[in-house]
Amino acid sequence: MIDGFVALYIFMLAAFVGYEVISRVPVILHTPLMSGSNFIHGIVLVGAMVALGFADTTLEKVIGFVGVALASGNAVGGYVVTERMLEMFKRSKDGDRDEE
Amino acid sequence: MSLDTVIAGSYFLAAVLFILGLKAMSSPAGARRGIVWAGLGMVLATVVTFFWPGMKPENLLLIGAAIIVGGVPAWISGRRVAMTGMPQMIALYNGMGGGAAAAIAWVELLRGGHGGEEFGWTVIALAVTGALIGAVSFSGSLLAFAKLEGWLKRSLRFAGQNVLNLVILLVAAVAGVLVIMGVSGPWLTVFIALALLLGITLTMPIGGADMPVVISLYNALTGLAVGLEGLVLDNAAMIIAGTVVGAAGTLLTQLMAKAMNRSLGNVLFSAFGETAAESDEIEGSMKPVEAIDAAVMLGFARQVIIIPGYGMAVAQAQHKVWELAEALMKRGVRVKFAIHPVAGRMPGHMNVLLAEAGVPYDLIFDEAEINPEFPKTDVALVIGANDVVNTAARTDTASPIYGMPILDADKANNAIVIKRGKGTGFSGIENALFYEDRTRMLYGDGQAMCAELIRAVHEI
Repeated sequence: MIDGFVALYIFMLAAFVGYEVISRVPVILHTPLMSGSNFIHGIVLVGAMVALGFADTTLEKVIGFVGVALASGNAVGGYVVTERMLEMFKRSKDGDRDEE
Repeated sequence: MSLDTVIAGSYFLAAVLFILGLKAMSSPAGARRGIVWAGLGMVLATVVTFFWPGMKPENLLLIGAAIIVGGVPAWISGRRVAMTGMPQMIALYNGMGGGAAAAIAWVELLRGGHGGEEFGWTVIALAVTGALIGAVSFSGSLLAFAKLEGWLKRSLRFAGQNVLNLVILLVAAVAGVLVIMGVSGPWLTVFIALALLLGITLTMPIGGADMPVVISLYNALTGLAVGLEGLVLDNAAMIIAGTVVGAAGTLLTQLMAKAMNRSLGNVLFSAFGETAAESDEIEGSMKPVEAIDAAVMLGFARQVIIIPGYGMAVAQAQHKVWELAEALMKRGVRVKFAIHPVAGRMPGHMNVLLAEAGVPYDLIFDEAEINPEFPKTDVALVIGANDVVNTAARTDTASPIYGMPILDADKANNAIVIKRGKGTGFSGIENALFYEDRTRMLYGDGQAMCAELIRAVHEI
C-alpha cells in the first residue's frame, strides 16, 4: 500500500522529471518523442491486466477484456512506430552516404 | 524473496528504464537506444504482472487472449503505416491507452474496492477523474484519427458550441459526483457515456493545422489518466510513467501552440479558419515559371534553402527532394533544409519524412536557426508548404495567422514555390508570399516537379 502523501510525492517528482527530460529536446525529435511518450503510457497495460485479473461478473470481465486489448494496442503499436521512426535518424558522414 | 518484492522490484526497474529511455530519446544519437530500453521495461513489467498474487487463474487466459487481440493488429498496422500516416497512428494508439485507463476505472468502480477493502471517497474521486480524462482522450483521439485519415472531411462548427461542451462537462461532473457519493442508479454508465461524448464534441470543431496540438494534448491527458489510475491501483510504475508522460506531453503541447503563436485555449475553442473573411485583399499576381528556368536558378545558386511542408508528404516527394538536393550539392551549391515547428501534421513530422529519405539531420535547421540565413540565400525552394511562409503573418493584422513566426522565404533573393494548383492551402488562407515580385510559382505535383528539376539540373 502506498501511503497517500508518499503517492503525492511520487506524483510531484514524476511531473518534474517529465518536464525536465523534455525541455532539452530538439524540434527534430518532437514527433518520435511524442510517439515514445505515447508508448510509455502503454504501461496502463499492467493496470488493465490487474483489473481483468480480479474481475468477477461478466460485465467486469468484458470491460476488463476491452481495457487489456486497448492497452496492448497502445503499447505494441506505440513501440513499433517509434522504433521505425528512430531507426531512420542518421548523421551525415562524408563518403559513406551510399551505404545502406 | 517474496513474489510481491519481485513484482515491486520489476516495476521499479521498469520505471527507471522508462525515464532513462525518454532521456536517451532526447538526443538523435541515443534515441534508438532509448526506445529499446523503454521496451525492455514494458516487457518486464508485463511479464511479472501475470504472477500478481490473487488473480483468478481462469482470467489469466482472458488476459493473454486480450493482449493478442489488441497487440497483433497494432503490430501489423504499426509496421505497415507509411511515414506520412504517423500522426493519425499515434492518435489511434494514444486513444487506445486513454480507453484502457477509463476501462480500468470502470471495472474498479463496479467492484467498489479490492482485497475485501472498500474504496475511500478519495480513491473513488481519483478513479472518476481518471475515467473522465481517459474517456475524453479515447473518443477525442479516435475522432482525430478519423479526421486525419480522411474518413471525416468536415469540421462541424456552430454557435454555442463551447456552451454545449460546458453543459456536457457539467452534467458529467454531476454524474461523477453522484458516483463518488455512492448514490445508486445508472450514474456510472451515464458518466462514462457523457465523458465519451465530450471527447467528440470537443474535437469536432478543431481541424487542419491545429490537429497536432490536439493529438499532443490528448497524449498528455492519457498520461495523466494513467497516472491517476495508478494511484487507484497502488501501482507505482503506472503513477510514475503516466505522470512523466502527462508533464512531458503538456510541455510539448505548449511548445507547439507557442510555435503557432496561439494559446492552447485559442486552439481548442476558437474554431480557427472560419473567421478569416475580412483579411486584406492581396495585390499583384502569381508569376509562373518553367522547370528548366527554375533549374537554372537553383543550379547556379551559391546557397539554396529548401522549405518542405505537408504537401511534400502528400506527394511522397521526400526522396525526390533529397535527390534534387544531392544533385545540387554535387554542383557545389550549399543546400540546407528549413523546417517550421508546425510544418506537417505534427512537430518534427517533416524531420521524420526527410530522415526517411536519407537526409542527414545536420542539414536540417529550425526556424530560429535558419531565418538569419535567408538574406544571404539565392533561392528559397518552397515545396508543399504554405502558411509557414505566408508573409501575411507579419503584416496583416486581420489574418488568422497574424503573429505566427514564419520562415523568411521572402527575404531570399528569389523564392520558388512548387504547388499543385492556384487554390489556397489547407487552412484556406491566401498566401501573400506567392504574390511577391521575387516569387515564381512552379505548378505541378511535388514528386513529378522534383523529378523534372533533377533532370534539368543534370542537363545544365
